[in-house]
Amino acid sequence: MATPVVVTKKRREELLESPQFPFTERDLPIWAQDGDIPEALKEYHLRAWGLFQTIPMPSLTDEAWRRTDIRGLKASELTLYPVLQKRSLRPPRDLLKPLVGKKHGGQVVLVPAHAATVSVDEEWQKKGVIFTDLKTARKHHAEFLLSTLGQIVRPEEGKFAALAAAFAEDGVVLYIPSGVRLKAPLHSVIWSPGVRLARFTRLLIWLDDDSELTFVHEMASPDQGEGQSFHAGIVEIHVGKGAHLTFVEMQSWGRDVWNFTHERARVERDGTLDWIFGSVGSQLTKTFMEIDLIGEGATGKMSGFYFTDGDQHLDHDTQQNHLAPHTTSDLLFKGALQDRSRSVWQGMIYVAPGAQKTDGYQANRNLTLSPYARADSIPGLEIMANDVRCTHGATVGKIDEEQLFYLLSRGISRNEAIRLIVEGFFEPIMERVPYGGVRQRFRTAIKQKIE
Amino acid sequence: MSELRIVNLHVNVNGREILKGVNLTIHKGEIHALMGPNGTGKSTLAYTLMGHPSYEVTEGEVWYKGQNILELEADQRAHLGLFLAFQYPVAIPGVSVANFLRAAINARRRIANPEDKGIPIPEFRKELKKVMDLLKVDHSFASRYLNDGFSGGEKKRAEIIQMAMLKPEIAIMDETDSGLDIDALRIVSEGVNALRGPNLGVLIITHYQRILNYIKPDYVHIMMDGRIVESGGPDLALHLEEHGYDWLKNKIEMTF
Ligand SMILES: Nc1ncnc2c1ncn2[C@@H]1O[C@H](COP(=O)(O)OP(=O)(O)OP(=O)(O)O)[C@@H](O)[C@H]1O
Ligand SMILES: [Mg+2]
Repeated sequence: MATPVVVTKKRREELLESPQFPFTERDLPIWAQDGDIPEALKEYHLRAWGLFQTIPMPSLTDEAWRRTDIRGLKASELTLYPVLQKRSLRPPRDLLKPLVGKKHGGQVVLVPAHAATVSVDEEWQKKGVIFTDLKTARKHHAEFLLSTLGQIVRPEEGKFAALAAAFAEDGVVLYIPSGVRLKAPLHSVIWSPGVRLARFTRLLIWLDDDSELTFVHEMASPDQGEGQSFHAGIVEIHVGKGAHLTFVEMQSWGRDVWNFTHERARVERDGTLDWIFGSVGSQLTKTFMEIDLIGEGATGKMSGFYFTDGDQHLDHDTQQNHLAPHTTSDLLFKGALQDRSRSVWQGMIYVAPGAQKTDGYQANRNLTLSPYARADSIPGLEIMANDVRCTHGATVGKIDEEQLFYLLSRGISRNEAIRLIVEGFFEPIMERVPYGGVRQRFRTAIKQKIE
Repeated sequence: MSELRIVNLHVNVNGREILKGVNLTIHKGEIHALMGPNGTGKSTLAYTLMGHPSYEVTEGEVWYKGQNILELEADQRAHLGLFLAFQYPVAIPGVSVANFLRAAINARRRIANPEDKGIPIPEFRKELKKVMDLLKVDHSFASRYLNDGFSGGEKKRAEIIQMAMLKPEIAIMDETDSGLDIDALRIVSEGVNALRGPNLGVLIITHYQRILNYIKPDYVHIMMDGRIVESGGPDLALHLEEHGYDWLKNKIEMTF
């Protein structure tokens, strides 16, 4: 008779293994013989691959990953070349619609394993604007790419930063020359159908001094209902002196997606960044978002909302770095949670020594719509200068029964009342969104969650 | 059968009996005033009629349109034509007065006709402007967040704006007059009077004779310790104004 094995809770946890990706050096996207890839870029990919192999897989013992367990990711089943259904390749029409005004100044649409669709106003091209996909940029703007790509987010920063740096050849590249102010917004869409697909993307936004741009970036995929898929991405943003960027980012990945991104914006003297962020999709997301205010008078504003349901787990890790005097940052993240879903927001305001007269603000507000949902909210300050103003706040609350009764007493149904209260809760974020079309998209996403 | 009939209503709050057998019938077209000292259960009656979940009915019935409405949810009671103007209206941050009212009107329309597409926006705007003019509030009121940062007087006007937009058949007004200055009291009263008619029954809960000078009641009732202890015509309110509640004390004791 065999000795019975007692499986304690601890033992069971140990049985969960950390994810193992099946990829090898041969899978790196640098072996094509067509000469389109500059040598320096190949080296960059190889270096990132080397780092990926040496950096340990994040685990619950790492401070930044304490609340986000990734052992459920079946990385070994992922593929770079999924079977693609032709009709799944076209993004839903809503995603392609101009979100600001009647017309885009340009649009880039990326689907897996196919050439990007790129359109950009000729007038802007003549002024030196680059707005294209990464592969095209590699071919036609190699010099620009080599002097910019990988400067702001480095592969050393984490396992998934290294992985994305090693594998991403898909992406969007955007350059606005000095003094150019784009009136019409640019729009890009990353659409990712494909069961068990591992997708890697990069986004590079580079604004030279005194330029101006509004850019809307969407990442989405269908709910495929089988297998797990994966996205790792890098977003790098440079806002030059006196430049102004409004950056709207929306992730509505399908429920099969495990999503990991490293995003950082660097803002120079008197530059302003208005970063607006919506997060509703994916099974699990871990996003690092940072603003580095590196020149005097730089301003960074971050406004984000997330809305989770089912057993979604969204983790947003934000950092506002005041690295020069007279810099201003302002962060507001609001989240609503249904069912057994979970959110984590971990925010830090860092003020470097000598960064006097800075003004930093962060607030995170959560509304749990189910007793089983859980929102963790962890604000943080690290202040190395003495003449600064930094404030923060974090709250987690439930739907107020008195509000609910008030609305019901007017004949509004319970579901509709909850929808109104939730919409009202998110309204302070919507007020920070400068465009009706984007607000509408965000509102639709919220509505769909409640229904 | 379009009267509201409250029969032997007993209500507990947090396990304590607050209403101890209330009987009251309100026909459409009638205005009833309900008066009584603080804490005797007037708001409890109002909330219970509207279906607030904290109020536990232990005995009795409330009949309206052939149904015991105590079995209905608050929104269903509203669909039947009940309305409560709250003593303390609740703020809903981020939801504008206009959006909220449109949602409330459309909810009703969909009950009447599931195919309904909702009230056309121009019609809604026109109606709302008319009502805001009646209550003498600026049109910018429509885009303010519901009761959020409203002054006491603005909240009370907002309640009557809602009443005018939703056109109830039985309206319970819980101390709509308190917190209003003299001019506002007149404006709000005129607003209510404009809605008066054979299809509206009203229960006005108040501490003061003053509002009853503007909105003439058909009946006045006095509640003490969870029961209606005295009913009469408009004169009863005048009598109270002069003599207070002391002369009724023995009435309560008699009922023990
Ligand atoms: N939600 C509640 N929770 C706890 N106690 C309550 C609640 N509602 C009413 N009560 C209690 O029930 C009693 C009656 O209160 P109610 O508000 O009905 O009185 P009222 O007659 O409206 O008084 P007022 O004239 O001061 O408005 C009071 O003792 C009050 O404290
Ligand atoms: Mg009261």
